[in-house]
Amino acid sequence: MNARSLLALVFMWIAPVVYAQGFAGLGLSAEGYAAVDRSRPITFPQDHTAHPDYRIEWWYLTANLTDAAGNPLGAQWTVFRNATRPADGQSNAWEDGQIWLGHAAVTLPDQHYHSERYARGGTSQAGALLTENLLEIWIDDWGLQSLNTASETDALNQIIVSARGDTFSYELTLTSHGPFVRHGVNGFSVKSNEGQASYYYSQPFYQVSGTITLPNGARKVSGQAWLDREWSSQPLAADQAGWDWVSLHFETGEKLMGFSLRSRDETRFTSATWIAANGQPTAYGDGALRMTPIVTHDVAGRTLPVGWHITLPDQGLDIRTNALNPNAWMGGTIPYWEGPVFSTGSHQGRGYLEMTGY
Amino acid sequence: MSRTLILTTLSALLGHWRRHPLQVFALIAGLALATALWSGVQALNAEARASYARAANLLGQDQFDRILRQDGRVMDQAIFSKLRRTGYLVSPLLETRLGSGPNALRVLGIDPLTLPVAALPERLQSGSIAVTDILLEGQVLMTSDTASRGLPPDLTEQARTILGNARYDDTLATGLVIGDIATIAKLVGETGPTALIVSTPQPFGLAPIDTWLASQGDLILQQAETSNDLARLTDSFHLNLTAFGFLAFAVGLFITHATIGLAFEQRRTSLRALRALGVPLVGLIVLLAAELGVFALVSGVIGLGLGYGLATTLLPEVSASLRGLYGADIGAALQFDPIWAVAALAMSSIGATIAGASALWRVARLPILRSATPNSWAQTSAALRLVQAILGLGLLALSGLVVIFGSGLMIGFIGLAALLLGGALVLPFGLSVLLAGIATRVRAPFLHWALADMRLSLPALSLSLMALLLALSTNIGVSTMVGSFRATFTGWLDQRLASELYLTTATPEQAARVTDYLTPRVDAILPFALADTRFGGLPAELHGLVDHATYRDHWPFLEALPDAWSQMTEGQGVVINEQLARREGLEPGQDFDVTPTLTLPILGIYSDYGNPEGQAIIGLDLFKTLFPESPPLRFALRTDPATVTDLAADITEATGLSPQSMINQAAVKDISLRVFEQTFQVTYALNALTLGVAGFAMFTSLLTLSEMRLLQIAPIWAAGQRRQKLAWAEFLRIIAFASFCAIFALPLGLALAHYLLAIINVEAFGWRLPLQIFPADLVKLCALAAGAAAIAALWPAWQLARLSPHRLLGLFAHER
Repeated sequence: MNARSLLALVFMWIAPVVYAQGFAGLGLSAEGYAAVDRSRPITFPQDHTAHPDYRIEWWYLTANLTDAAGNPLGAQWTVFRNATRPADGQSNAWEDGQIWLGHAAVTLPDQHYHSERYARGGTSQAGALLTENLLEIWIDDWGLQSLNTASETDALNQIIVSARGDTFSYELTLTSHGPFVRHGVNGFSVKSNEGQASYYYSQPFYQVSGTITLPNGARKVSGQAWLDREWSSQPLAADQAGWDWVSLHFETGEKLMGFSLRSRDETRFTSATWIAANGQPTAYGDGALRMTPIVTHDVAGRTLPVGWHITLPDQGLDIRTNALNPNAWMGGTIPYWEGPVFSTGSHQGRGYLEMTGY
Repeated sequence: MSRTLILTTLSALLGHWRRHPLQVFALIAGLALATALWSGVQALNAEARASYARAANLLGQDQFDRILRQDGRVMDQAIFSKLRRTGYLVSPLLETRLGSGPNALRVLGIDPLTLPVAALPERLQSGSIAVTDILLEGQVLMTSDTASRGLPPDLTEQARTILGNARYDDTLATGLVIGDIATIAKLVGETGPTALIVSTPQPFGLAPIDTWLASQGDLILQQAETSNDLARLTDSFHLNLTAFGFLAFAVGLFITHATIGLAFEQRRTSLRALRALGVPLVGLIVLLAAELGVFALVSGVIGLGLGYGLATTLLPEVSASLRGLYGADIGAALQFDPIWAVAALAMSSIGATIAGASALWRVARLPILRSATPNSWAQTSAALRLVQAILGLGLLALSGLVVIFGSGLMIGFIGLAALLLGGALVLPFGLSVLLAGIATRVRAPFLHWALADMRLSLPALSLSLMALLLALSTNIGVSTMVGSFRATFTGWLDQRLASELYLTTATPEQAARVTDYLTPRVDAILPFALADTRFGGLPAELHGLVDHATYRDHWPFLEALPDAWSQMTEGQGVVINEQLARREGLEPGQDFDVTPTLTLPILGIYSDYGNPEGQAIIGLDLFKTLFPESPPLRFALRTDPATVTDLAADITEATGLSPQSMINQAAVKDISLRVFEQTFQVTYALNALTLGVAGFAMFTSLLTLSEMRLLQIAPIWAAGQRRQKLAWAEFLRIIAFASFCAIFALPLGLALAHYLLAIINVEAFGWRLPLQIFPADLVKLCALAAGAAAIAALWPAWQLARLSPHRLLGLFAHER
């Protein structure tokens, strides 16, 4: 076990119980932290910014892009916030008990670039700030920031997202063309039969334009993006080892968010949100969505299901997804697979697949 | 050679050792001692160097650049976040000292979240200590001996709690505490950072970090690997140890050479017989060389064990010396390194080869038919003695030239070696001149014979006498140097520590409370402030002091302009310590950059023994404007010495200042002198060992000689002298030799002391001390030398006294 994986344990809180406590410690007890409450409504713009009373949250952006020559590529931008202990005041600026983690990636059919950043809260190296109706989330010089031209009612209507790794950088401008989508029951998203849940909403209607710079030069890109916001104090049950998650933009204008949480005993808990072209969500509980692996691929010494058969009979959905690059492995301190996918079958489209706990 | 022939020859050769077990002992002991002292010293050096290397590559200092403030002060935390938000990968570091006294700690706060993995402490990197223990549990790391030697007395309760929760990590340096920057900030009450570690590579598409720094003005980029101050600072000390190691090795070789020579001499007859019987020359030499090889191997193994034991025994003293001299902590546990084993065996083989080469050479040229001439092996012609003397004088002249023209530590040690070797080479010639001179004034025939006999035995004894001379003059030189140092240091402490009581407060509020209480109760309260800074790129301290007669009258200036102290306290100039002045080549009257923006004239240079770092003092008022964040928290009190103990108790009662925060003059002096004495412990130990080895060399030489000298003694006995008288003469002869040696050693030793004080110390420590001679010490050393010689001579003389007349008569009958 090396130092990098040990740093990962920081994020997973306590070393010896990591894999007994769900992926990345997400199944650890929530004692001392604010609990996710079905009756608490999600309100904007306040809920765009950080919730330090909850143990974990993230801002998760995935973009399916095309360059000027028509080549498909994907970009990912994520900032996680983690409380290492319930808030109890701090005695100096290095000690606010919050740890921030950033992940960024660019995926091409034959290349996958990724980078990772850690920061402690309290130093302004990373943070979340909502002033008036403008939001800024940052870690180092990576940022997700409202443009001044954002609409008065929607802080995330126009944002700029940027990141920089050892070998890549990007800056993307995003404009939303649809409403926010609350998953589950008004944003209360159940994650297990034992009732673990999180607050979860998305902005899946972004149009993107921007520049991605790689070692061989800069390229203009455009396409679609999906922003996920989620926070909780105990999102997973203790025996849940990981999940497979998809977000898909179909050519019909409809969208799908679906996940399948895997328990150690091989049982699965699924959940899905079908989003109509006008943004109207329909939530599906456990069992409605079916995700079956059909293609596996060896990456980073593990075997992962990079191709899936996905059905949601209620919406007449019967598709197969294929990865743009099956080697889209995020080999950081918390390793997982995250990359662009294409769907064929009843609904043509593109989107992102995330697989954790392999 | 047939197998039978080989076996026969071997048994003939080995038979000698069976009959002379003492020679076996001397041979092995000599070689083992030489190996042990040499390899022991090498082990100590290696251990210390490894510890410096660990200190140097601690937190990737050897790989990663660091950003520092030009003036060495704590930087604003915002600089860290500003750099990060610009995209640069830097990691904050909070480095400071905690507590006072000999157990003061060096504490390092790191941010494991941003620190490059390669810069993490070894055990965090390997995962044997979890990063989470540091980051989330607030644990700190230190070595177990840091914990067991005790914490510094002046710590807060919170600091004690944090340090009490330490994890032991013996890969760190002793006295070092590492923890998460949040924990360390809590521990020391300082947020920092003091430096930013710059990761490599930096992200894609950013301008080089220097361009960003250039726009900041007061920040500098310190390149990786440039700052192994400790290794550089302690170089002289290790060179010193190495010199002792070689000296001891040389002395050990004298023993071996003498024994091998004797064995050869005694086996001359049988060797000739073997050759005459048809043993081929090559075969004989191979067998003799193999025999030597076995001796080398056995001695090497024993020497290795002894060397390890020696190093283990001396390590605490070396450690104390290094801490006292340089503040360098190397720990007290020796780690075994297989390289020593190889080095020790190699060294003993080299030793055996050097010591045995001439014997083998003589075997190769052994005339088979000519009869043996006794004593021939040790007979050195007068002409050779003269050549040696001329060579010796040349070396002495060379060392004189080094004193006048040379500079640099290495050159200094070369001069030192020339001085000692030159002295040793001149010795046989000098002794023979001395003996001849005495002989012309002596009438009594027996005395005349004794003197002539001494001259005759001079060649055979000259090697061990040289060894004695070397050991003795080193002892004289080093003890004079240490004595001079001690005398100067004690006098200096009296000057420097003129105040009766010293207080350290924690906050300006506490300082105000204490001074309010004290103002009506003492003669004077002298506040002073200090800040860590850098002069000429090296760590240094800047002090702020006030004007007072205590300082004006007592401050130990070496050179100063008139009225230096008063002018300095008015902000008109700066006074600096001798180390800084020597390092930077500064003199009173020259300008000095106190901070990047303030240049003041140097008003004086003061002696500051025992401090490896540069130091400068300015007036307290000026200091306060320059360093508002470092208010004066320390105070020196002038009061009636008789009331100090009561006063300290009253202060604690009235203001709550803990007794650990006060120290009286006597206690400071006591600590300083104790540190001083510890500093030279290892020198004393090596001195004593060298002298012991020289005594042993003398003993083996005498054993060698006693056998051969019977031929000279037998006629005197036959002429009517009693054996007891002859034995006494034998005994006194050796004491006389030792005394003559001491006479030669005195000037050589004093020259050595001068050398150490005027050249080596200045180069190594940055201060020059006046030479003071301590006659009582010198007499003691000479007596010790004579005593060692007497002990060495006791056994051979005793044997002579009890020698059977039959044996003496036999000498006339047998012609060898």
